[in-house]
Amino acid sequence: MTEYLRFLYRCFRLSFVGDWKYYAWMVFLTCISLFGLNAYCQQLVTGLGTTGMTDQVSWGLYIANFTYLVGVAAAAVMLVIPAYIYKNKDLHDVVIFGELLAVAVIIMCLLFVTVDLGRPDRFIHLFLRFNFPLSMLTWDVIVLNGYLLLNLHICGYLIYCTYRRREPNKKLFLIPFVLIAIVWAISIHTVTAFLYSGLGGRPFWNHAIIAPRFIASAFAAGPAFIILTLQVIDRFTSHHVPIGALRTLRQVVTVALTINVFLLISEMFTEFYTGAEHARSMHYLYFGLGEYDALVPWIWTAIVLNSTALVLLYLPHAKRGLWILNVSCVLMIVGIWIEKGMGLIVPAFIPTPIGEIVEYTPTLNEILVCLGIWAFGLLLYTIMVRITVPVLNGELTSDTLHPSEMESVRHETV
Amino acid sequence: MTLRIFEGKGASGESRRPCGSGAGACSSRPGMTRRSFLRASAGATGGLAAFAAAISPLKDLDSGDIPDLDTFLQKHYKEMSEAEMNAALDRIRARVEERYKVRPDIRDIKPMDGVEFVYALNLSRCIGCRRCVHACVDENNQSRDPEIQYIRVLEMPRGTTDIEQGNHHYERARVPDENHYYMPIQCHQCANPPCVKVCPVEATWQEPDGITVIDYDWCIGCRYCEAACPYWARRFNFVEPRLASPEEIAKTPDIESKRLNPEMSYLSNRPRSKGVMEKCHFCLHRTRQGKMPRCLEVCPVGARKFGNVLDPDSDVSNILRTKRVFVLKAELGTLPRFFYYFDERDPTAEDLPAMEHGGQP
Repeated sequence: MTEYLRFLYRCFRLSFVGDWKYYAWMVFLTCISLFGLNAYCQQLVTGLGTTGMTDQVSWGLYIANFTYLVGVAAAAVMLVIPAYIYKNKDLHDVVIFGELLAVAVIIMCLLFVTVDLGRPDRFIHLFLRFNFPLSMLTWDVIVLNGYLLLNLHICGYLIYCTYRRREPNKKLFLIPFVLIAIVWAISIHTVTAFLYSGLGGRPFWNHAIIAPRFIASAFAAGPAFIILTLQVIDRFTSHHVPIGALRTLRQVVTVALTINVFLLISEMFTEFYTGAEHARSMHYLYFGLGEYDALVPWIWTAIVLNSTALVLLYLPHAKRGLWILNVSCVLMIVGIWIEKGMGLIVPAFIPTPIGEIVEYTPTLNEILVCLGIWAFGLLLYTIMVRITVPVLNGELTSDTLHPSEMESVRHETV
Repeated sequence: MTLRIFEGKGASGESRRPCGSGAGACSSRPGMTRRSFLRASAGATGGLAAFAAAISPLKDLDSGDIPDLDTFLQKHYKEMSEAEMNAALDRIRARVEERYKVRPDIRDIKPMDGVEFVYALNLSRCIGCRRCVHACVDENNQSRDPEIQYIRVLEMPRGTTDIEQGNHHYERARVPDENHYYMPIQCHQCANPPCVKVCPVEATWQEPDGITVIDYDWCIGCRYCEAACPYWARRFNFVEPRLASPEEIAKTPDIESKRLNPEMSYLSNRPRSKGVMEKCHFCLHRTRQGKMPRCLEVCPVGARKFGNVLDPDSDVSNILRTKRVFVLKAELGTLPRFFYYFDERDPTAEDLPAMEHGGQP
């Protein structure tokens, strides 16, 4: 136990140590987080009136980001499955970075839900009267927190065992949890999709295809994010990321994005060819309704980004260079963010169930809160990677000192 | 820190930041040079200062925004004992009196046995004057700035009942317009309410008399119910509700006290706080005591009918028996208790020519 506390203390110390690039990056993220915190405090004082949301469009940027990030978190499973089920050696080396990303991203998801609450001070009511299993939101609370705990356990256990130079007890403490986490990852995104698709009063959401599309887009955007992250880790830390891992992920992303585009076409065909009243929100999203067309440029940008990414991924020479892969990853991360954020949440509210059209524009305060949460999430992830890399490389173990700790030791011995 | 070191890979490596470049940097302080100590404390101080600056808006929090311990520990409506309810009502009384200088008559009015309320609205009669809309705001202490209204009246072109074609924002010097008819929409008090199903904390539920209510002290403000409602009947307090705008208060300082309706009940029109949901509750503080809803009382043309559907002699029972009524979005299976009908020929009237039979099928 003391040893564990000492481990935590050393991790804490280590997160404050690095070269100037590390400091600059951390200070930058801390500043943005604090701006976000400041904006959130304004919101606490004034109420959700500081956002662009109205009774007509009652969910906005917060829930949009939440939905997108649940997908990114779920996508960690795309590293876990090849690593643990198909015994892919390359991915096994880096799978922990996917799981750590899931931890950071789930925390971001929980923050996004919290800032969306009108009365966060009554959070405790969730524990006192939990409308389970009727409310899909209660399912979401369970699966998100469960996924967080599972990944915390898997990462924490692996890292601590390596730190103590012990062989992890895989059969008992690792593999069962990894297998549960695989199913659980799919469940977090399915449940989040059901949150929307279960509402009969919102035809735009009330489709069976919402959940499959969620999964497909998540398995494209999430691994795309991880592909970029792994390269950053490879470049800025001493941890080597095998190129094979990126290749496998590239295949995952290609297949997932293809399925996503296919499902999108199926959805659009059904809605537009039928031409029923149901398609009003869809019509608003893609073409606008009369003078109201705020989302039209967004969604077409997303379509262009995603299609370009898809074409780039299928280019025959793409295997040669990483930069094409990186470009398409960036394109689809942005494209899917628009598609699933602005494109999935907001149009469901326009027009309202009784036909009124009120558009939604996020306010600066709202955007600052979102940026703050993103920065905080990246901050957490950076710290986790900062600690994990030296542990995995054997630079930080229970019986050795990390180079950064040499300074203090030398003075102790002087 | 213990010194079980100087073996293994990490220790053999060169120290990244050897003892400070300045000669005096190696202080006697164990484990830390003066420079690194100063740097660390400067960092910590700067960080704390930045954090304090970031949370500084919180100093403007209203005292009402921070719940006292009793309010924080207040139980869910269904779990409160009579004594606990009385204590809660006392707290509400004190808060209302402090803020509006009016002693409210607030009670927890329970549903009556053998009663299920139903509303029926005669579309042939409604003239779209919106008196119901404004009377409702007066009765139920809704926020006036911004104004929260429970009833939305649609101006509908003749020849359709498709609400997508209604005009929400019509302004006319005179109503009704001869080319339109009018359709007021408010909470339909569904028998299968989607809003109740989705609430994660059971802050909203259906009472035995069919009214879906909200415990404003339990709602966490997630707005899932607002997304779930197919009739756009729910309203959220995005800011602190006020009974008058700042300009009105400047002109008439006691305007809020004058506007407050002191006849209140726990589940209906007591003042709400920011960040919670509210909606039409069929004026339960009136209707559970034998009165009619306020929107019905002010209707100048008698388009609104309300009553107990379990009583075969009530107006609403008669309408459901004899009129061709319809509900909005019947296909969603929400089973609204709010019915619309048009005046029509009475098929049982004696002056209609009687046919021998209805013809072959």
